[in-house]
Amino acid sequence: MIDNFMIFVASPATALDVLVNGLLIGAIFALTAYGMALVWGVIKIINIAQGEFVILGGYVAFVMAQQGIHPLFAIPVAALILAILGWLLYRVVIFRIVDRDLFTSLLATYGIAIVLQQLMNTVFGGDVQIADAGLGTLFLFDFMVSIAEIKIIAFGLAAILAVVLVLFLRRSRMGQAIRATAQNPRAARVLGIDTDRVYAATFALNAAICGAAGALVAMAYTIHPYVGLPYTLRAFMIVVVAGLGNMAGVIVAALGLGAAENFAAFILGTQFQLAFTFLLLVAVLVWRNWRLARKRQYLK
Amino acid sequence: MTKTRFLLATALIGGVALAGPAAAAEVITIGAAVSLTGKYTTNGEHTQRGYDLAVDMINKAGGVKVGDTTYELAVKYYDDESTAARGAELAERLILQDGVQFMLGPYSSGLTRAIAPVIEEHKIPMVEGNGASRSLFTNGWRYIFATLSTSEQYLASAIALAAEVAEVKLGKPANEVTVALAFENDAFSQDVRAGVIDDIHKFGMTIVIDDKLPPELNDMAPILSKVKALKPDILVISGHSKGAVTGIRQVGEMRVEVPILAMTHCDSAKVIEKDPAAAEYTLCATQWAPSMSYSDDLFGSAGDFAKLFEDTYGMAPPYQAAESAAAVMVFADAFARAGTLDREVVRDALAATDIKTFFGDVRFDETGKNIAKPMALYQVLGGELKVVAPSAFAEAAPVIPRPPMN
Repeated sequence: MIDNFMIFVASPATALDVLVNGLLIGAIFALTAYGMALVWGVIKIINIAQGEFVILGGYVAFVMAQQGIHPLFAIPVAALILAILGWLLYRVVIFRIVDRDLFTSLLATYGIAIVLQQLMNTVFGGDVQIADAGLGTLFLFDFMVSIAEIKIIAFGLAAILAVVLVLFLRRSRMGQAIRATAQNPRAARVLGIDTDRVYAATFALNAAICGAAGALVAMAYTIHPYVGLPYTLRAFMIVVVAGLGNMAGVIVAALGLGAAENFAAFILGTQFQLAFTFLLLVAVLVWRNWRLARKRQYLK
Repeated sequence: MTKTRFLLATALIGGVALAGPAAAAEVITIGAAVSLTGKYTTNGEHTQRGYDLAVDMINKAGGVKVGDTTYELAVKYYDDESTAARGAELAERLILQDGVQFMLGPYSSGLTRAIAPVIEEHKIPMVEGNGASRSLFTNGWRYIFATLSTSEQYLASAIALAAEVAEVKLGKPANEVTVALAFENDAFSQDVRAGVIDDIHKFGMTIVIDDKLPPELNDMAPILSKVKALKPDILVISGHSKGAVTGIRQVGEMRVEVPILAMTHCDSAKVIEKDPAAAEYTLCATQWAPSMSYSDDLFGSAGDFAKLFEDTYGMAPPYQAAESAAAVMVFADAFARAGTLDREVVRDALAATDIKTFFGDVRFDETGKNIAKPMALYQVLGGELKVVAPSAFAEAAPVIPRPPMN
């Protein structure tokens, strides 16, 4: 462990390499976490199928790359296809579980996740796949720091999407309706907002964001029908840490998580990467509880 | 309507009658739970294809003569969803509900390990071709037989090869060679690691990185950053198909230059197709290669098997399919020699197996593992897998060190 830490002292560029790669994967986590925060905040359900939406988006990129279309074009296509799927899933399944308890929504979306996994396995096969964007890698400090160009695009896209999403929620009619519904669905209905439509739009929007993230995952990492869960777990953690309706918090938490995970994997060994991540979650929750307790004391 | 049905039935019976002696009514049903969904889907499918091809060939050749009766072979499959608990449950179901008397193995050491206690309890002989972990053969189990070389041998040959060429190609004695290890945290990969570590100690090499990859991992960047900083002579990666694809992709992307890169699952993961530039010069462990000089009466040579497989399934056979096909052949041979379908007699006949197949020789030691066949080592050369070790089967000389990637 100390040995591994000493590598950073001997070669600071390596630390930069770990940091940069961590931040870049954090950007992908941020995308999935935006969507989860949105659905959680507005419809009040936790979507376990988040990771499967990501992987499905990845397969859109994979199929397009196979057809000779550059997978970068798959980002909007995946978003569109997933948006339609999200809207359909809302109309078939999700609308039935709105206003039910959290456990029902967990079960229902877990069911969706299993169905999607098996469908992807049947349609695309069980091979590990990638969509090659044919982009290169930027090297700094004598090849010690490597930044894949596709990851930079992912990072940029995550940033742009965040801005677009914030503007959409603040300025557009639908965005305002979404925010109003999130605050108080009953009052929103009284004021003439079709909350059912708002929910459908929110779920579709989430699926679209995941789809775009998935196309990036296929280009930067690997996809397989059964590897969605890590994305769901990360999104869940980030939202828990950042809190609902806190876009800036989600971004900071996602990037922080990506970097922290990579440093943990480097220093402690990859076998402790997830353990460290969950320990971090516990630490954040304990710290937050302690802060809340102090606040309560003031109020008394 | 009835008339049509009658006609159809007549045609069917006629067809069966015309097919002649091959259509013997007696069938030996062998049970198998393989991974058709879940993370081992690819290799589970290869396993099933190997079984199916061998069963098909044996039936076409007239079936198996046991005593005075000729039997056809059939396999009853279940999907174990790549989970150990489900595998054990299905083994029980095959034995208790479906009444199978013999079993073929699942894919992966973990699932074989889950099934083994069940078949031991019910005394059901099982021949498997995809459970390579050494730990499967240290429990005194009597009913499990494996056609493949055990996993500690997988990449040991890569270490031996490195030691052999260290002076000339790496410019240092073998005991100064440094090694980085990245192995998935599962029974099989950890066993491969154990074999590699034995050889590393034998040659007095030094381990500079020894990371275990979590099964859900699809980013190896932190390990590879470490590799770049510490510059080991050898990098060994093993984590089934996902580990192979992720490893190759990121080695290329991060331009990790190591003199020797050795992996498992190159062929089943199709790494050459995924990233040809980074895959070039990678050493890959293999149980079998189509270019090897083995042959038998059923399939012909190893090359003939490869051709038949390619014609049937439209892809070159990964070794997982070959070792599975060999498992069926071992069963057929044991049935014929036993002369009865009594489980104990068949078990003893299996233990006395000594045959040559297109996959290699098969002879079991008292623990049930095949000791008659060596592992081989491929190297990706010019976008193709060429056998470079052992020297008896070598198609090309190994290129060490890896030339820098461009």
